[in-house]
Amino acid sequence: MNVPVHHFLYLGAFLFSAGLVVVISKRNTILVLLGLELMLNASNLNLVAFNRLHPGTLQGQMFAIFVIVVAVCEAAVGLAIVLRIYQEYQTSVPDDVNELNL
Amino acid sequence: MNAPSFLFYFFEIIAAGAAGGLLFVRNVFYGALLVIAVLLALAGLYILAFAEFVAVTQILVYAGGILVVIIFGIMLTTRLGGKPLVIEHTRSVSAALVGLAFFGTLVYLLSRETFESHPAKAGAPTALDTTQTLGVSLMSDYVLPFETAGILLLMALIGAAVIASEHKSKKI
Repeated sequence: MNVPVHHFLYLGAFLFSAGLVVVISKRNTILVLLGLELMLNASNLNLVAFNRLHPGTLQGQMFAIFVIVVAVCEAAVGLAIVLRIYQEYQTSVPDDVNELNL
Repeated sequence: MNAPSFLFYFFEIIAAGAAGGLLFVRNVFYGALLVIAVLLALAGLYILAFAEFVAVTQILVYAGGILVVIIFGIMLTTRLGGKPLVIEHTRSVSAALVGLAFFGTLVYLLSRETFESHPAKAGAPTALDTTQTLGVSLMSDYVLPFETAGILLLMALIGAAVIASEHKSKKI
């Protein structure tokens, strides 16, 4: 397979931009979390693509595995906070939780 | 175009299409399903980039774990009543501007760069035993980050269980 590494990187750039747009524009906390997962996956794709450029080394894949582990922690704690906010405020719209606003 | 290249572009189109659809979807549950499609297509791309263990971890942990938890979250934060959770978009214009500008900058900067492939070092493992080499180095060279990740996972899961529990403590 002689696909240039740029095609991996363009897909990573597109996934990261899509995740950024989702984080900014959606009015739902869970979709914001899904956008964050998309951005993490874009960075993972870049790590694996650069690891492919250096055959015989495994640092990129190792980094990707640890990114996945940290993403699991982030998703678990984030969803717990989402559930808690839903129990307290009866909403899942992040803009509606503005009690600390003056 | 040989078969691996065809598979590569096939998975790439699936990932990009599902991520593009996520921008416009308004049903939260369909959004989660589109993210599952992106994650499975990325697992295919990882296999084509000789990262089989990362691909299997992606399928097991992301598509099997995180997305199931997120779908649980969607079902727990929807008011009962049978109607699907449909949301609106805010700040659409500014989000599109930021996304397009960021994507354009990244593509411009990446297209100016040429990334050279480095030859394999002497005695380096071949692509066939990636998983074995990964496991051995996870237990030898990377044992400190491995244990730290385990402790982080334990702390995060205990914290998530404490935060999400029904126990009311109004004293804070």
